[in-house]
Amino acid sequence: MPPRVVAAIVLLLVLATAWGLTDRAADDLPTPRYSVDVRPILADNCLQCHGADPAKRKGELRLDVRESALAKGAIVPGRAADSAMIARIHSREPSDVMPPPDAHRELTDAQRATLVRWINAGAVYEPHWAFTAPKATAVAAGANPIDAILTARLRERGLAPAPEANRETLIRRVTLDLTGLPPTIAEIEAFLADSAPGAYERVVDRLLASPHYGEKMALPWLDAARYADSNGFQQDGDTFQWMWRDWLVRELNRDTPYDRLSTEMLAGDLLPDATNETRLATAFNRNHLLNGEGGAIPEENRFVSLFDRVDATATTWLGLTMSCAQCHDHKYDPITQRDYYALLDAFNRVPESGIVDGSPSRIRVAPPVLEYASDALRARRAELVAKVDVAKVDVAKADVAAAAGAAGSEADKHADKHAREQARNQAQGELDRFNRDEWPRVMVMSDASPRETHVLARGAYTTPADAIAFATPAFLPALAADAPRNRLGLAQWMFAAENPLVARVAVNRAWQTFFGDGLVRTPEDFGVQSALPVYQDLLDTLAVGFRESGWRTKALHRLIVTSAAYRQSSAASAELLALDPENKLLARGPRFRMPAMVLRDVALATSGLLNDAVGGAPVYPYQPDRVWESLAITKERDFEYPASHGADLYRRSIYTFWRRTIAPSNMFDVSQRQSCRVRVPITTSPLHALTTLNDPTWVEASRVLADRVMRGADARDARDEQVSQAFRIVVGRAPDARERELLLRMFGRQRARFAANPDAARAILAVGESKRDAASVDEIDHAALAATCLGILNLDEALTRE
Amino acid sequence: MTTMGDMHADAIMQALTRRHFLRSSLHGIGGVALASMFAREALASGDATAMGVLPHVPPRAKRIICLWQGGGPSHVDLFDPKPELARFQGQDIPASIRGDTRLSTMSSNYAKWPALPAIKPFRKCGESGIEISELLPHIGGIADDICVVRSMHTEAVNHSPGVTFFMTGSQQPGRPSMGAWLAYGLGSECDDLPSFVVMTSSDREKSCGQLFYEHYWSNGFLPGKHQGVRFRSAGDPVPYLGNPAGVSRDARRELLDDLAELNRAHAAESAGGGASAVDTRIAQYEMAFRMQASVPDLLDFSNEPKSVLEMYGPDVLVKGSFANNCLIARRLSERGVRFVQLMHSGWDQHGNLFTQLATQCRDTDQPSAALVRDLKQRGLLDDTLVVWCGEFGRTPFGQGPSDAPNGRDHFGRAYSMWMAGGGVRAGHVHGATDDFGWNVASDGVHVHDMQATILRLCGIDHERMTYRYQGRQFRLTDVHGKAVGGIIG
Repeated sequence: MPPRVVAAIVLLLVLATAWGLTDRAADDLPTPRYSVDVRPILADNCLQCHGADPAKRKGELRLDVRESALAKGAIVPGRAADSAMIARIHSREPSDVMPPPDAHRELTDAQRATLVRWINAGAVYEPHWAFTAPKATAVAAGANPIDAILTARLRERGLAPAPEANRETLIRRVTLDLTGLPPTIAEIEAFLADSAPGAYERVVDRLLASPHYGEKMALPWLDAARYADSNGFQQDGDTFQWMWRDWLVRELNRDTPYDRLSTEMLAGDLLPDATNETRLATAFNRNHLLNGEGGAIPEENRFVSLFDRVDATATTWLGLTMSCAQCHDHKYDPITQRDYYALLDAFNRVPESGIVDGSPSRIRVAPPVLEYASDALRARRAELVAKVDVAKVDVAKADVAAAAGAAGSEADKHADKHAREQARNQAQGELDRFNRDEWPRVMVMSDASPRETHVLARGAYTTPADAIAFATPAFLPALAADAPRNRLGLAQWMFAAENPLVARVAVNRAWQTFFGDGLVRTPEDFGVQSALPVYQDLLDTLAVGFRESGWRTKALHRLIVTSAAYRQSSAASAELLALDPENKLLARGPRFRMPAMVLRDVALATSGLLNDAVGGAPVYPYQPDRVWESLAITKERDFEYPASHGADLYRRSIYTFWRRTIAPSNMFDVSQRQSCRVRVPITTSPLHALTTLNDPTWVEASRVLADRVMRGADARDARDEQVSQAFRIVVGRAPDARERELLLRMFGRQRARFAANPDAARAILAVGESKRDAASVDEIDHAALAATCLGILNLDEALTRE
Repeated sequence: MTTMGDMHADAIMQALTRRHFLRSSLHGIGGVALASMFAREALASGDATAMGVLPHVPPRAKRIICLWQGGGPSHVDLFDPKPELARFQGQDIPASIRGDTRLSTMSSNYAKWPALPAIKPFRKCGESGIEISELLPHIGGIADDICVVRSMHTEAVNHSPGVTFFMTGSQQPGRPSMGAWLAYGLGSECDDLPSFVVMTSSDREKSCGQLFYEHYWSNGFLPGKHQGVRFRSAGDPVPYLGNPAGVSRDARRELLDDLAELNRAHAAESAGGGASAVDTRIAQYEMAFRMQASVPDLLDFSNEPKSVLEMYGPDVLVKGSFANNCLIARRLSERGVRFVQLMHSGWDQHGNLFTQLATQCRDTDQPSAALVRDLKQRGLLDDTLVVWCGEFGRTPFGQGPSDAPNGRDHFGRAYSMWMAGGGVRAGHVHGATDDFGWNVASDGVHVHDMQATILRLCGIDHERMTYRYQGRQFRLTDVHGKAVGGIIG
């Protein structure tokens, strides 16, 4: 139907209502759908007392189960006027009205009308969409299904997609999204010059093959895995979990299929072909907090970890809020408390005590661990062990010699023996220190200690009730009869074709990576309380396609970023903005401020300071003085920040040491890495501005960027060329005339300040540890251009991916 | 039709007081854009809440200062006199009293739990005659201004779960803390300081290892801007507050002006989508600029009269001390900061009760009382709520050698705290424990009840201030809690 006809019909309906033909109009309105229109009203207002939880149920009435609602007379299909529910929601009597006054919930007139229409139309229930299998929408062969679906759906609303963003915006957008780094000038120019068909696709393929792709894609995984480099709490011992982070980056770069990647994380130790690599993968479920406080009750702590694993696993892969069923049956979703503990059983077999290793080392880990040592480390250990052995033999030789009555004075013999013993103790000490601080022990999963699992009354470990065996949630398709009853079986069940959630949850998070928000805007919850997707057909088509592709993540990402939907300009008309401020309809491209970890990488990359080495132990770049000061009130360990120097200062943000008790100060709007997070809202706060204006990271990057455009590979002679070049390096396009003028004004005003105070120029140029070649560039000019570059790095456009 | 999102936005708009708009108009575009920025973000969160319009009831307190006493102050030594402990000294506390109390693993395996009386006598204080230990003479001096709650109880056995429970309503890290909830629900009264500020200090001997973790002031699943901002006592009080070396305030002003113009030039180019975001960005940079002046001004005590400085005691000028932080807390409240969370450690006397408790009391007593007096003399106490509290109390039995105990273990089954101002019933004792200070005997106040009470004093119905996350309306008090009328004056 052409948009104009649609508009005409809508107008007619509006007029009909205004003329008082409301009954007629109501008949003409589409019948409310249970899952889309009705269920959300019930969930927000009624199901607290008339829902799934028997403990809270009033009047033995369930409104989410048709039989119950009918049996109780709450709903009489086709006859709203005879339905008790309708009478109650319209009642003016405080003792009679629903929801009751003390619930502090009130239906709107529109909601009441929806319920009336739905009942009059027969009160047809339908299962929650996300709990039924996704079906793909057929699209024309060769078409990108995203665009085929989206364009058609926009047309239904009388809308059309936005035009494609210009090439400079596009390459910056896709490069940042796929690698977390900005495109270089050379990359931009190559793309602008490539007029052959498929130029954009060639850029995408280059980026998908970049080793930095895995680093970027690992970032949301680290939030989901509540990854940190220390345990949290009192001693906040450091760990070797970074080896898992490296595993993750490697596998993402390799494009290990999502089902395999996930199975390794969940049950890599239980695979028939398990290797150290797959065991390492299971660190996902050991990245949680560990409490080593004095007086802590081990079994209580152990259960805290178990609850955390269930939560992280269910949130990450199933988009289910299982943790709501820890104490009682889920209030909204059909997850029982027994389902919860039946799933928990899979994690309740780890040979762990709930206690952290109490050794006085910087490192504190809790078994079971994987000694994931490189050949070099093994050689080093062998060397140290050999040294101890030699030293021991030396001592023994002295003893033998003494016993044999060797020549020499008693004093000499004594001194000789003492020296040999000292050498032995020193060698032993060196080996012990090595074993404590350097011998890698990654905390991983194991099923070596099966225990009987119980349902815990009220979720308290002190009140175990019925014993329960492993099972997957009963309301979802059953676990295969021959599947192992453990984490491996859980993984197999997740990736069975019948599972309605796993593929949807995965493609939704992929969508979120590229659009800022998922198609389902509650990526942590696909249950009945979740945000309804505007484009469920698109989500489902992608989910089916992802599964049928063999769970190929890079293929999914390629499909998304090559879609016209993704390539749309993010500019919007005032009308579109008013109609769709949150861009739920996707009639324009996504635009959002980049995460702090990416912003830091952008500053480093544009200045040329970036050290883009992939992987390895965490590093300690600039942090405010005594950043861990507040931890130093314990004498239990040294909390001096072991600041890095040299190239380690310029590693990508993903490698910054993440102390769980005090996150890095310059990484704002981040998950606190305390529990699983699959969505981190972007906010605006003056503290963010202070960071990007004053953190030495940005100040040094500005100085080096200025140096680069004055002397280096991008050197320019004229001042306006220099500021333009710096601008272009950072935002990926040349400034227009007005912007050039403003940049020059910025430079001029800053220069005047520094000319009046050369000490100030020297001071700003001294920020950061990288060496400045003092000879070749005038200090005043350099300082002024550095200040200008700092301004450029703080442009809204620089902080945003447009 | 008003959508739920609109209602939420309205609530936040209303929370931005008239004073805020008056002040922001002085600062040009900053404040107005800021206000619209709040409204827009509230809309963008898509958070259909049943919150209604805040406040729900007339607020008694507009702002809160929480004087956190970390480690577990000993209720039987300080606020809850128990003569029976002296009568039973050294004898096992009867099993009928002990019941099935969960104790820490440091004392749960004892063969005997010998009663240990208060280490110093109690005194009747003020006209109200509230009995308070002579270890706390200054707090005794404000007895008629405070409400002592002797019937607190918590489920936590250890520090971190205990603190996390009080601050966030859950023992495990991850939920938003009280200050974040209030910043979210009530917005800011102040446009050049954060609405939620945290400061930390520790006892002078650093005798105990109680650390203050960021999750004690976390925004949890609330938007990141509601996280508490920790003022540090060393270096920049707020990270990155100071301009880089060589950059003067005037030079920064010029840079920001040029930056704003560049931003606007681009926004004009890229129609729609970016324009409003650019306004927000500029407002945020302006507020950062104002903070760079307001924070040093806040921390500059040079205009404080000598009499005021003396009131807070000898440490008042020692940066990072409890006394220093108390004075900063007053200055923050004066400027309209919504929630000040001042965290002090050192109440964990497992084996040094006879020596360290007195030191700890001496260091905290005078500044705590001075803060209440100072607020009162400025007329701020009426609408500023002061909460003095720890994560639990300490065992009525002695820890250490059974014949010569020298400490007390953690104890959450019953403990004491006090509150002042902000609508609290002054000169009042709420609740009581049994003869041993072991069980709550009357009017118990669970941690969730206390949270509900604090919110009520701020005009908030704790059941209605919610945030939708994981498909559920979360709230500070989880699914429990009841505001305690007896505490409210």
